[in-house]
Amino acid sequence: MNATKLAPPGADVQLTASPRRSVFGAVFKARESGIVLALVVLVAVTATQNSRFLSGQSIRDILLGTAILAVLAVGQAVVVITRNIDLSVGSVLGLSAFAVGSLMRDNPGLPVIVAVLAGLGLGAVCGLVNGATVRFGQVPALVVTLGTLYAFRGVSYFWAGGQQINADKLPASFLDFGTSSLLGVPWLVLIAVLVLVVAGVVLRNYRFGRELYAMGSSPQAAKLAGIKVGRNTSAAFLVSGALAGLAGVLFAARFGTVDAAAGTGLELNVVAAVVVGGVAVFGGSGTVWGAGLGALLLTVIGSSLAVLDINQFWQQAIVGALILLAIGADRLVAVRVAKALKKRDSHV
Amino acid sequence: MTRQDPGPVPLLEVRGVTKAFGAVAAVSGVTFGLHTGEAHALVGENGAGKSTIVKMLAGVHRPDAGTLLLDGEPVSFGSPADAKAAGIAVIYQEPTLFPDLSVAENIVMGRHPRKGLGMIDRAAIRAEAERLFARLGVRIDPARPARGLSIADQQIVEIAKALGADARVLVMDEPTAALSLVEVERLFTVARTLRQEGAAILFISHRFEEITELCQRVTIMRDGGHVSTDPVEDVTVEEMVRRMVGRDLSALFPKQDVQPGAVILEVEGLARAGAFRDISFSVRAGEIVAFAGLVGSGRSEVVQAVFGVDERDAGVVRVGGKKLKPGSARAAMAAGMALVPEDRRQQGLVMDLSIERNVTLPRAKALSKLGLLFGTSERREARNWTERLRTKYGRLSDPVANLSGGNQQKVVLAKWLAMAPRVLIVDEPTRGIDVGTKAEVHRLMSALAAEGVAIVMVSSELPEVLGMADRVLVMREGHIVAELPRADATEDSVMFAAMGQGAAA
Repeated sequence: MNATKLAPPGADVQLTASPRRSVFGAVFKARESGIVLALVVLVAVTATQNSRFLSGQSIRDILLGTAILAVLAVGQAVVVITRNIDLSVGSVLGLSAFAVGSLMRDNPGLPVIVAVLAGLGLGAVCGLVNGATVRFGQVPALVVTLGTLYAFRGVSYFWAGGQQINADKLPASFLDFGTSSLLGVPWLVLIAVLVLVVAGVVLRNYRFGRELYAMGSSPQAAKLAGIKVGRNTSAAFLVSGALAGLAGVLFAARFGTVDAAAGTGLELNVVAAVVVGGVAVFGGSGTVWGAGLGALLLTVIGSSLAVLDINQFWQQAIVGALILLAIGADRLVAVRVAKALKKRDSHV
Repeated sequence: MTRQDPGPVPLLEVRGVTKAFGAVAAVSGVTFGLHTGEAHALVGENGAGKSTIVKMLAGVHRPDAGTLLLDGEPVSFGSPADAKAAGIAVIYQEPTLFPDLSVAENIVMGRHPRKGLGMIDRAAIRAEAERLFARLGVRIDPARPARGLSIADQQIVEIAKALGADARVLVMDEPTAALSLVEVERLFTVARTLRQEGAAILFISHRFEEITELCQRVTIMRDGGHVSTDPVEDVTVEEMVRRMVGRDLSALFPKQDVQPGAVILEVEGLARAGAFRDISFSVRAGEIVAFAGLVGSGRSEVVQAVFGVDERDAGVVRVGGKKLKPGSARAAMAAGMALVPEDRRQQGLVMDLSIERNVTLPRAKALSKLGLLFGTSERREARNWTERLRTKYGRLSDPVANLSGGNQQKVVLAKWLAMAPRVLIVDEPTRGIDVGTKAEVHRLMSALAAEGVAIVMVSSELPEVLGMADRVLVMREGHIVAELPRADATEDSVMFAAMGQGAAA
């Protein structure tokens, strides 16, 4: 399949929109509609077994759970699109949750917005540490963030010293923020949707976003194209860190009880949501919408297994199978394309 | 339309530039100018310094001395972005596109047109891509992803990228190497249009017919230096070849005359899609057979497939009459074949291991007792071979990484010689090593041949090929185009065959 033809100079050049134009988009949409389909089936099956699954309270719980995971997944998607990874998000969430919890406990009069900004700021600092180390140390992000995963968690333990923040010590305004709604939609969900929309628009419609895709698609070409690769990498980690910090605030507000171990192991769920949501592990493609859908799917799986009274073990097995399926699909497409290219370019 | 305007001030001038990597000068004191509306060829042997010039123009390297002048003003490029901003676009042999992004977005990357609120304007991006493709007279769907485009189409997209950025100087580094005839023709149509519109083109190619067809002037480089710049009409192809090769065949090649023995290595109908086809040859004991040809003509791929580190689609390899299992380097080694790879740092050595360990690695089993490896036998073996090769090192237990390039090469050689091979394949035996060491490696190859080893050598250095080989097999575009016995192999005949002039026998 050769997309071009030699047109004699001077001849009328027709530019027809080829029907193949949207193949890429279609494949992509197929990926996201696959998740939606899986969601619909899952919800339908679970609801027939137990009608309470579709009750207001149950849906609310799912959405609140999804909100926190989705905020983390958006940050992770931004990093993964640049062909990096941020494993420290669970620890940043824990650190932020404990810091904000302490802040609100000690200063009950503070407005909620201060808590949110404090969480964002603390997370941003953690993200900056990751980004700067990756950028200036020329160390793979996997190694750097594996290190900071333990380092940030260590700071939390050192700071908490075994103490726990309980809900009864937190101001009511802060706890209300975790449970109350605006026009029937919980604040947490509104915030997650806002994050998703802003990130989605920036990635799709701004130069910065497009450059992140370019960097992940071909780091070498990005450098030659004059993209400020180092600066953008730092910025991606900064975004991921800040969003993990924000997720920490949401976590503290929702659960009220925070200790130094909050969010332990969460990074793997986040990476799973992103990968299942169709963000390529080697960067360059995928959307935050997909990542958000991935977060929703994982949360729904968790609750429906609980409703269906199936052993928790199965949840992990299913998540694992989904990741393998997602990666397998990506790999299959890549291998096919590579093979077709190899045969066609041969001059033999 | 302006055609070759030899005005006093060239659009771009390279003036006395020098660039060294380590102790090796890749380019020294090169001067030439590019005029508006000119296609200018830059030719030279592999390693003559053409790519270094390209990288300086692209802003990837900075010259150590000398200047680049744009419209007569000195410019200094700190990064590829600077060169781009100055209007210089480079099209590499391997296009550098973003496979996941649409063709249109590839063209505007880094300078997306924007509308309100700083958002990128997708309609404008698509319109720009369509406008550029119309100007180039090609049909590529701007909305499709760059992944899956043929190399030729990718190059067209690169050119569209350059046009979109209002590039005035277009540098094309061997753009035709991977193209078919039709695709080359289309590329040339585009290049001529650009030239007529006032752009300057620097065109690098190994194919003389392309140079005479497209270019007005030609600059010849040799060993990093500038040889000549002339109008294309004033130099014949023969003259260009002579100036490119240039040096006297030094008497440095101590090739001993050996009466060849029985056929040891036989290769029949070897092929791999996309790399090479119909490769048949045989090598006798005591014979040195050289593979000549341009980089990318498939030489290294052939020897790797013969040795079995690479897969092959078809063909038979026999050593001493016995068929080898395809794709098994282990079987090849067991049959007495050894390969000294081209990139010795990556493929030939374990850099952090000691010299003695590296030398005895392939023989670890033979040297071990009861499955354990004792230092004494390793050391004895290693000392024997490294001394024969006159390797310079502190202690045998030093890591190989501490040695100089030439001595590392010797350790790789020692490693395979310690196996006492019947067939020795050497890929670029003297790449990156100094003249003195080169002579030693050559002396050793000659001595091995005299002992009855069949030697296959891949080399891009013509003097080495002509000085060492009993027979020369010239490859071009994946197949053997000429087989020249020592007496008939001259610089001209090999070069002509390698570049497809068809003058060779």
